[in-house]
Amino acid sequence: MKFKKMIFAMLIAGFAAPAAMADLFVPWLAYRTGPYSPGGIPVADGFSDYMTLLNERDGGIGGEMIVVEECETAYNTQKGVECYEATKGKGALVYSPLSTGITYQLIPKATADGIPIHSMGYGRTAAADGTVFSHVFNFPAHYWDGASIAVNHILDLNEGDIKGKKIVLVYHNSAYGKEPIATLELLADKYEYELMLVPVDHPGQEQKAQWLQIRREKPDYILMWGWGVMNSVAINEAANIRFPMENFIGVWWSGSEADVLPAADRSNGYKALAINRLGVDYPAMDDMKKYVLDAGLAAGNGDQVGTVLYMRGVYGALLITEAIRVAQKMHGVTDITPEMMRDGLENLVITEELMTELGFPNFGPSFAVTCENHGGEGIGYVQQWNAKDQEWTIISEAIQSEKEIIDKQIADASAAYAEENNIQRRCL
Amino acid sequence: MFYRETGEFRTSYPNDSQTFPIKFDRRLYYIMLFAAFGVIPFLINDYWANAVFVPFLIWAMAALGLNLLTGYCGQISLGTGGFMAVGAYACYKLMTAFPEMSIILCIMFAGVITALVGILFGLPSLRIKGFYLAVATLAAQFFLVWLFNKVPWFYNYSSSGQISAPERTVLGVAVTGSFTEAWAKYLFCLTMVFVFAWVARNLTRGAIGRSWMAIRDMDIAAEIIGVNPMKAKLSAFALSSFYIGMAGAMFFANYLGAIEATEAFGINQSFLVLFMIIIGGLGSIAGSFIGAAFLVLMPVLLKNILVGQMGWNTAIATHLEFIIIGGLIVLVLIVEPHGMAQLWRVAKEKLRLWPFPHAS
Repeated sequence: MKFKKMIFAMLIAGFAAPAAMADLFVPWLAYRTGPYSPGGIPVADGFSDYMTLLNERDGGIGGEMIVVEECETAYNTQKGVECYEATKGKGALVYSPLSTGITYQLIPKATADGIPIHSMGYGRTAAADGTVFSHVFNFPAHYWDGASIAVNHILDLNEGDIKGKKIVLVYHNSAYGKEPIATLELLADKYEYELMLVPVDHPGQEQKAQWLQIRREKPDYILMWGWGVMNSVAINEAANIRFPMENFIGVWWSGSEADVLPAADRSNGYKALAINRLGVDYPAMDDMKKYVLDAGLAAGNGDQVGTVLYMRGVYGALLITEAIRVAQKMHGVTDITPEMMRDGLENLVITEELMTELGFPNFGPSFAVTCENHGGEGIGYVQQWNAKDQEWTIISEAIQSEKEIIDKQIADASAAYAEENNIQRRCL
Repeated sequence: MFYRETGEFRTSYPNDSQTFPIKFDRRLYYIMLFAAFGVIPFLINDYWANAVFVPFLIWAMAALGLNLLTGYCGQISLGTGGFMAVGAYACYKLMTAFPEMSIILCIMFAGVITALVGILFGLPSLRIKGFYLAVATLAAQFFLVWLFNKVPWFYNYSSSGQISAPERTVLGVAVTGSFTEAWAKYLFCLTMVFVFAWVARNLTRGAIGRSWMAIRDMDIAAEIIGVNPMKAKLSAFALSSFYIGMAGAMFFANYLGAIEATEAFGINQSFLVLFMIIIGGLGSIAGSFIGAAFLVLMPVLLKNILVGQMGWNTAIATHLEFIIIGGLIVLVLIVEPHGMAQLWRVAKEKLRLWPFPHAS
């Protein structure tokens, strides 16, 4: 009987979500398994390592230790919801789902629960409108910025005239991949290029048919909105049809080492967008080596340090921790609540001085989040892969997206969302 | 001792043909119903609702539907995911086109629409059987998911291709949308599943269920004794799709709230439901629930034990989950090829004889 009771208690405890705790609790919806793990692992490692660095070097933020808890989603929406429900009771300050699908799912839930979401460079683009989406932030740049930045880069290459050029968008057939289509269509009207859409279904391991179609169409440029194994397969297929790599541009989620290495030399010259600069030549990364890596505290295997997506994770952690600092200062307490965290995110100002102070000079753009604008300034870079030296390098100046077109698009989309869901506008 | 027919005297035919003829079973059933309707709603929170009970109930509904078709009528279908998608998108179109329509009606009409689609894809079953039919239904799976991605009318031309459920109330309490209370969501799903499980159970005991079973056991013999195979097979497809469509509608409206066809209703879901009924027990209502519980709740349980209680790395825990669940499936099928419902049946037989196993 005792044994039965024990089993029963274990079962109940096994389903129950643990109770709330103190500290700054930041859940991370990770995916270290499945077809999207090539992207999920480095970002998760970078995020966690930066938090560990702050804990080890500074004793947390304002004396409060940060607790990062990973919850495995395998990029699956259903598991994402389960992870959200399992962690929110522990006093989660902010969610970073690292999945557009899960972000879509969590936006209404988290808003109702009063917990902010920081979907850095992914998620629902319309959420950049803070008057409608009170708890969602997608700074420093979002997909529609990305689409515009890519087109601007193509414009630069062609001295401002791309009339009649044929541009193909290869995209993950999901909410994520479909995000840039509307912007690319608007820009196609303006610059009179021809846009062709080629969807790739989850998980994207099989793309022969799509690339056959692309080869027949002979496009001038290819844009890609891909993630996980889809990226490396696409780059390989592009190499197979001998498409000139320098005319193949991925979004910032389609440009990491794991994506280009499988195609070896043939991926040389492949381009991708970037929202932050690359490499480990920053004072803070020396601290990272000293306090985290050499101390054996690195998350994961520790083999991702310095890769593009690892640094993306570090950047995401940096933005969140700075927002925590803002929130602590605003409310005068160190143990903040999710609602205070929201205020922190909304009043975050990133300047070059601040980045230098943090040990990341010239790492990311300067921007200020406001009540109306949750999407940042829309500045991005273009990076290119050098297969010989096996490294990504930034090849462009900071590129600004076409704000007037995008702002209008965001206003329309968020107005539609507000109407659909009866949302009162804020900040008026 | 306690599990006996002895001493139970039945004085009417309905009494004699009731679902739970033994008092012990009946009591257990009433206690479970009481707990489900009278106790759990007061204790439930968001986590228990969204991670445990609501997905369990909805998958049980889908498994019930497939069990009617595969377990009772013997027609294999791999189109479950596609039919769930029909239910979800039908429900969405109804919800947005007729905002004043009750959500219960929306879900049931979504079921009816799915039933029509099910009949359409069930037509090949009149000519082909077994693996060939499975392939034909597989076509339904891929075609339907492709359709909901391709035609923007289905998702009201939203730029992301996602559909999201607006708020709807039952008796003034929200059951869909982001402000739904856990207990409301749970009770709504529970009521739907309870009512339709009850209907399913009684369908399978009636003339229509018997005609399905006749077709399943030997279709030529069934035809000779006067069972119309067209009527039996198409009604099985229709009713099965009705259940699956309602499950899809609830999966979308009550559980997730926003969905995209490729991810939510892929081929994986078809296999998941098929595994549920194979592990739970083909041709058993209880088996549908047991199978759904096994495949939906076991991963959550394992994850919480491995990561939450033992503090393992999430990646290793996830890989281990696959290994353990795969192993358990193989083990269950080796120990009891007729599914877990059969285990319960055997246990009941043993209990009746206990403590004299050789008496008969």
